[in-house]
Amino acid sequence: MARIDLVDLAHSYGGNGSALESFALKPVTMTWRQGGAYALLGPSGCGKTTLLNLISGIVTPSRGKILFDGADITPLSTQKRNIAQVFQFPVIYDTMTVRENLAFPLKNRGVPKAEVDARVKEIAGLLDLTPWLGRKATRLTADAKQKISLGRGLVRSDVAAVLFDEPLTVIDPELKWQLRSKLKALHRELDLTMIYVTHDQTEALTFADTVVVMHDGRVVQSGTPAELFDKPEHTFVGYFIGSPGMNIVPAAVSGREARIDGHVIGLHRNYGVLPAGANIEIGVRPEFVNVAAPASGLLSAVIERIDDLGRVRFARVRIGDAKFAARVPPGFSVPDNSVGLVFDPAHVHVYADSRLVEGVA
Amino acid sequence: MDKTINQKAWFLVLPVFLVVAFSAILPLMTVVNYSMQDTFGNNQFFWNGVGWFKELLDPSTDLGGRFLASLGRNLLFSAIILAIEVPLGIVVALSMPRQGWTVAACLVILALPLLIPWNVVGTIWQIFGRPDIGLLGYTLNSLGIDYNYVSNEFDAWATVIVMDVWHWTSLVALLCYAGLKSIPDAYYQAAQIDGASRWAVFKAIQLPKMNRVLLIAVLLRFMDSFMIYTEPFVVTGGGPGNSTTFVSIELVKIALGQFDLGKAAALSLVYNLIILIVCWIFYTVMTNAGTERPEKQGVK
Repeated sequence: MARIDLVDLAHSYGGNGSALESFALKPVTMTWRQGGAYALLGPSGCGKTTLLNLISGIVTPSRGKILFDGADITPLSTQKRNIAQVFQFPVIYDTMTVRENLAFPLKNRGVPKAEVDARVKEIAGLLDLTPWLGRKATRLTADAKQKISLGRGLVRSDVAAVLFDEPLTVIDPELKWQLRSKLKALHRELDLTMIYVTHDQTEALTFADTVVVMHDGRVVQSGTPAELFDKPEHTFVGYFIGSPGMNIVPAAVSGREARIDGHVIGLHRNYGVLPAGANIEIGVRPEFVNVAAPASGLLSAVIERIDDLGRVRFARVRIGDAKFAARVPPGFSVPDNSVGLVFDPAHVHVYADSRLVEGVA
Repeated sequence: MDKTINQKAWFLVLPVFLVVAFSAILPLMTVVNYSMQDTFGNNQFFWNGVGWFKELLDPSTDLGGRFLASLGRNLLFSAIILAIEVPLGIVVALSMPRQGWTVAACLVILALPLLIPWNVVGTIWQIFGRPDIGLLGYTLNSLGIDYNYVSNEFDAWATVIVMDVWHWTSLVALLCYAGLKSIPDAYYQAAQIDGASRWAVFKAIQLPKMNRVLLIAVLLRFMDSFMIYTEPFVVTGGGPGNSTTFVSIELVKIALGQFDLGKAAALSLVYNLIILIVCWIFYTVMTNAGTERPEKQGVK
């Protein structure tokens, strides 16, 4: 069990000499506390698997250091790092039974047999694998195999962190929920640091207490699910998280006012000094914009379609050329294609060159 | 549902039936027919019933003695070359590079012996091993080793075995290499994380994943070595004495040398039957011992 520090960590598959822009992982410095549940979230190719492989030691970083509890483990091999990793596809030793699979990492480390048996029994109990201990592992279903992969990591009492690389990819949807709750329960019970890589925001937000959003090799924001939702620090976080994603539209911002299409929207904070020459946008989640009957004080928009998600309806509208999504209040019936938009000023954020600008209250 | 009855469909099967009849059924039945008869030439045949089969299995008769002795030699030969080629092929496959231009180079070099016609392989080794002009034979004799495959039984066997290993280990190696390449990287990474030694990785991952291709390799090598004819015929001609006379060589001697069609037919049928049985045993044992098909059984 360990706190993990990444110090100026970066990696390029082309070697250290490559241009920084081509790095698969651009320099990142952050600390993951002991016992935390972290999710690395981002689209394919954003560098999240690279980061995971750097921590597990499968890939050696081009730059920077990784510290476990303050000790530099960057040069250590995977074997010596006390990491457990669960891969996208279940890795099972075909010829072994479930029991032998679970005992394998301990046997390799020369742990006495009595201790191995006790540990395997305990972990099998935790993972609900006890009835299958004597079975050949190849005969089990994908979710049971993933549990075995996980179990092989957990049997080691000295494990520093458990890494998951999109572990639910091959699991049936109805079992995904079960397995994910199992992971959460294990996390609470064992007080382990867990790092979970996924491109599925639901998985990330339900599993982790801290979600690290990555984009184009960079960590763009790290925070609780609520923080990512309420206050995205980067426009990418805004539209990647949430369904539908955040509305981002170019606007002219001065003081406590933003202008879209010549229309003024009030802001909650004062944006006195904005970086000169930057591309200014405002971002607001569809949940905080309501459609209403057109009125003179409201920004007018044209409805393209309405998505009924059951609990809530979202209108897809157009403001000039910009696409926009807004909530349709319950009971509101759309008179014709033309509507007005009502903003909640507290949830309208201002972005300069995609980065959040903190206003003055 | 009612099936449409259309007897004309039989005509579509007719071409296949004719081809199979001429290429397989008629020759096979002719052999069965011969195996029950004796001939003294001039197309005169005499009914002999199962006489030849009885003789074949009785070592005290000439036919039975020759058959059983050559069968014993053949099984020993197959056992030896399998015992050498399979482990050697695995070792070669394991030590081959996994990426880069060297992969292509290795594959081409390995494939070379496989491309050489069998009688040419025989000729190469026949000359290579000659004590007077062959590089191998001359070198060995110069080193003080009395090597002569024409007069010494052990030398003859050694030559035939080394020749087969040289010719066919590549096949086993290539099959194993294909098996190894199909193992996803995650297995190796997981094994690394689990702290597995090189030997444990081989035993727990590589060998089980090669199981299928090894089955094919063993079957192919067994069948090929069990019907081996050309190479030993060219190198040793079955000698010295009868020491390298394998079943096929004996069969050709009886059928074409002595023109004993009845004896030869009976022998070839038994020969065929042995191959079928051994292959069936291999297949059954190896498929059951190795991969077990996953059952649909949910773990809740």
